[in-house]
Parts: sequence; structure tokens; C-alpha cells
Amino acid sequence: MRRELKTIIEVEKLAKDYNGLAAVKGVSFEVGHGEIFGFLGPNGAGKTTTINMLCTLLRPTGGRASVNGFDVAKNRLAVRKSIGLVFQDPSLDERLTAVENLRFHGMIYGVPRLERGQRIKEVLDLVELSGRQEDLVRTFSGGMKRRLEIARGLLHRPKVLFLDEPTLGLDPQTRHHIWEYINQLRSDEGITIFLTTHYMDEAEHCVRIAIIDHGELIAIDTPQRLKEEVGGDVIVLSTEDNKRAAREIVEKFNVEVKELNGELSLQVKSGDHFMPKLIKALETRVTSISLRRPTLEDVFLNLTGRKIRDEKVEGWDQLRSRVRSQRRRAR
Amino acid sequence: MKSALVGIYTLWLRDVTRFIRDKPRIISSSVQPLLWLFVLGLGLSTAFVRGGGSDYLRFIYPGIIAMSVLFTSIFSAVSIIWDREFGFLKEVLAAPIPRWSVAIGRALGGSTVAVMQGTIVLLFAPVVGLSFTAAQLLLAFLLMFMIAFSMTSFGILIAVRMHTHEGFQVVVNFILLPMFFLSGAMFPTQKGLPVWMHVLVSIDPLSYGVDALRQTLIGNPIYPIWLDILVVVCFGAIVLAIGVWYFERNE
Repeated sequence: MRRELKTIIEVEKLAKDYNGLAAVKGVSFEVGHGEIFGFLGPNGAGKTTTINMLCTLLRPTGGRASVNGFDVAKNRLAVRKSIGLVFQDPSLDERLTAVENLRFHGMIYGVPRLERGQRIKEVLDLVELSGRQEDLVRTFSGGMKRRLEIARGLLHRPKVLFLDEPTLGLDPQTRHHIWEYINQLRSDEGITIFLTTHYMDEAEHCVRIAIIDHGELIAIDTPQRLKEEVGGDVIVLSTEDNKRAAREIVEKFNVEVKELNGELSLQVKSGDHFMPKLIKALETRVTSISLRRPTLEDVFLNLTGRKIRDEKVEGWDQLRSRVRSQRRRAR
Repeated sequence: MKSALVGIYTLWLRDVTRFIRDKPRIISSSVQPLLWLFVLGLGLSTAFVRGGGSDYLRFIYPGIIAMSVLFTSIFSAVSIIWDREFGFLKEVLAAPIPRWSVAIGRALGGSTVAVMQGTIVLLFAPVVGLSFTAAQLLLAFLLMFMIAFSMTSFGILIAVRMHTHEGFQVVVNFILLPMFFLSGAMFPTQKGLPVWMHVLVSIDPLSYGVDALRQTLIGNPIYPIWLDILVVVCFGAIVLAIGVWYFERNE
């Protein structure tokens, strides 16, 4: 028997260059068995490129990586057999039924015929699609399709399940549901999950997260510890004159103040005691103030000085999904 | 090797499943060749009789079989573009099967579907007043398959290089229709044509496929049958090889 590896994914200085344009600039990390590992970063940061290299869909231009002990450049078929994939965009055959999609997947991934039927039933039960198994996929909603893809990704009992933006474009309720499946999978099947997301609240579900920006890893740790590094609580306030207020705060309390979208934000220890003092000391009139525990958004802001989701990107996401659905209707 | 065979079989099965499921497509793609055969065939046969020709309907019958095979082949191969658009291609390209087995599986699947379409036209032989021996039928099936396989491979090569379905109309107008018109399916090409057209007829691989089918079913060969088969098979092998090469490089 093969020795159980402690780490299931090993990445060393992995890089991808598109004709001189560096999309991923030498990232290194490891993922342990049974972890839920999240790749967090804005669109275009290199998340999908990294995942595609780990899934052997793209050839790295530098460094090395292995999944389940197999090198992603030298032993592609063995890597492919070890992993399940759920892509960012749908990849089902809409003119086949749910069961047919799963059956074909089982065939090309070498699931033995005798086992196949039983396994198809199991995964359909898991994502609660058994009732619709004989329906053509084109009649499915976006959330159902995503669930079917998760079922398909699991069919051949992969060691690692890769999920690229698994909840992109889904409504909050469906997103919540998908996370229930992911957590259940980890406890039931002991599978390692590697996902990318640009939703902060989703990254919170992960055991560990890596933050990637401009093709480089800028932090990697548990969400808890990353937030602790921010240092205490976050106070966000707006005033009648933000510039003056900021100057005042720096002079009187000697804490760093960031201005973003018309609001001032500062990080302090025990903010509940600090807030009354702040309001009292400020000569500029405060129009609103709030106190919260740091989120991963603050972590990202601290590391890069930017918010992770800018409006332009959001608009692009929406436009893209609209174009897709129009094309689908046109067919 | 086993994974390659499984890949070929799975992709073949998918094409055939989709074809059998799609009843409207079967009906419409069966009606179209019959329209060509009977409306055009009967309509133009009066002109042919005046010109001293023999039965035009019988003349174009093998041509219509070839047409049916040609169009079905190219259309099923071009569905690769749809697969790319709808993402299914990614599922296949990420699977633990060699890329070339994907291309061959699609080529075989498309060919099978095309042969089925050709067979539908073949069933109308008695209406045209033709009857065949078992040997003729067997050879006709083999020829249909060879034509189908080489045309599907050609379609795959087009589809791999083409990234949007908008480009498909261009392919129809600049490749598919000229190939069909110059193949001798609808009119005799042995004599009386301008030289430039004769040259185009001779380099159209489908001319040889049509000739093979025609001499098998009703006689009047232009080229020796071995040459017909050689050209069709070689053309298929070459375009398939190039298609597979592009497919392997696809990232």
C-alpha cells in the first residue's frame, strides 16, 4: 500500500507566463489532507490560472507542483484521475439527462460498471437531485446545474475536489446550500477541497486561506489568525470634514487612519472603550460611526490598500452571465 | 491504451445518444435530401431529357446520398464549437483520457450519425426505381462510412481552428457549398466544363466519393474505384492528423 501523504498538494515557485505577461509569479504553498483550502483574491489575480495548472489544463512555465504525489507536468493522467473539477462556468452537456452526464463522466474516469450505478445514486442523493435525474440538463436552473457539477466532480471518488468560484452568480440561498454540501463532503468522504473565491464570507468557511494578488501570494493562514493580525477592532466613521478629522486622530491618538469611499477607518485594540473617547476628543463633527470585528476584507485592505471587489469587476461578472444566458436562449 | 478506447467509445456513444434523442433533427435532416431528390430531381429532369440525357433522378440519387452524408458529417463535427461555447469541451479535455482519443471518438460518432442519415436516403431507392444486390449495398455502406469519416475529420479540423459559431456561415459558403456543387453530385463533370472548373472538380475530394457511390449504385465510373477510395481515405487521414495535432496543442 502507498504511504499516506501528509500533504496532498505541493506547490513550489509555480509560475505561468503568457507571452511575457506574468499571470502567476512563482507561488509556493502546501495543502494538507482533508483541508478546505481557499484561494482568495480579486478577479484577474491569478486564481483560475493557478487552479488550471494544478488540474493539468495549463502547462506551468516555471516551478513545479504535485497533486496526490503526481507531478502536474509529467504525470497528467494520474493527476486527472485523482481530482474532481467544478469549473467557474457550466460544463455539462445540456442535451443529455442528469444521469447520462454522470454516466459518461463515470465511463471516462474509469469507474467500474458494477459500481457506477450505485455511485451515481449516492452523489445524486447528496446534492438532492434524485427526483430530476431523468430530465434533460437544459431544463435545470443555474443552482441545479452547479449541484449536478459538484455531484459529477465527486463521482469517481477523487482525492481532491477543485472548485473554481463554486457559487459565482448564484442566489444567497443556493450559495448557502452549496456550502452545506461542501462541509458535508469533508466530514463524510474525507476529501480535500481546494476552492477559489472572491466572496469574503465564503473564505471564512475555509480551514486555511491563501490571499493572492497580482499573481503573488501575499498571505497564507487560518482566517482567524489573519484577522487577528489586523490588530484589534475596526472603527469606521464619517465626518463633516474627513481630512481634518483624520489629521486630528493622528495627532491625538497616534493611530493610522485610512480613507476609502468617503469613510475613515482605523484599527484599535478594544474598540468599545476607544470609541467614546474618540467622539469626545474630535472637534470635527462625526456624522456616523460603527465598530466591528475585523473581516477578511480588512485583511485584504491592510495588505494591499485596496478593497477586493471593485465595482467594475462586478459589472463585468453580470454582463458575462447575461451574455451567456442570451446565447443559451438563442440556441 | 484502455483509457483511450474508453474515451473513443464514450464520445461515440454521446453523439449517437444525442442523435437518436433529437427526433426533430432526424426528421428535418431526412426531409431535406428528399426535397432535393424529388423536387429538384423531377424539376430538372425535363431539362435533361430535352438535352438528350438519361434519367436525371437516378443520376443525382447517389449525389444526394453523398450530400446527406457530407452535411451531417460537417454539422456534427462543428458541434465541437458548441461544446466549447457551453463548456462541455472543458469537461472532456480535463478528463484522464488522451486528447487524440477525443478527436477520434468524435470522428467516429459523427460518421455513424452521417451513415444513418445516408441510409435513410438509401431506403428510398425503390421510389427512384432502383434495386441493389447485397454486394452493392455492402460496398455502398463502406463507401458512405469512408466519406463520412473523412468529412467529419475535416469538420473537426475546421472546428478546432474556429472559435466562434459566427464563423460557421463562412465555412458553409466558402467550403461546404463549393465542395458539394463541384463534386458532380448534381451534374455530370466529365466533359464540357471550362478548364478552371474542371481543375476544381479534380481537386475536390468529394468528387471521388460521389464517383465511388455512383459507380457502385448505378454505374458510369469516371475514375477507377481504387483511386476514389484512395483519395477519400488519404484526405480523411491527413485532415484527421492535422486536427488531432491542433487538438493536442489546445490549452
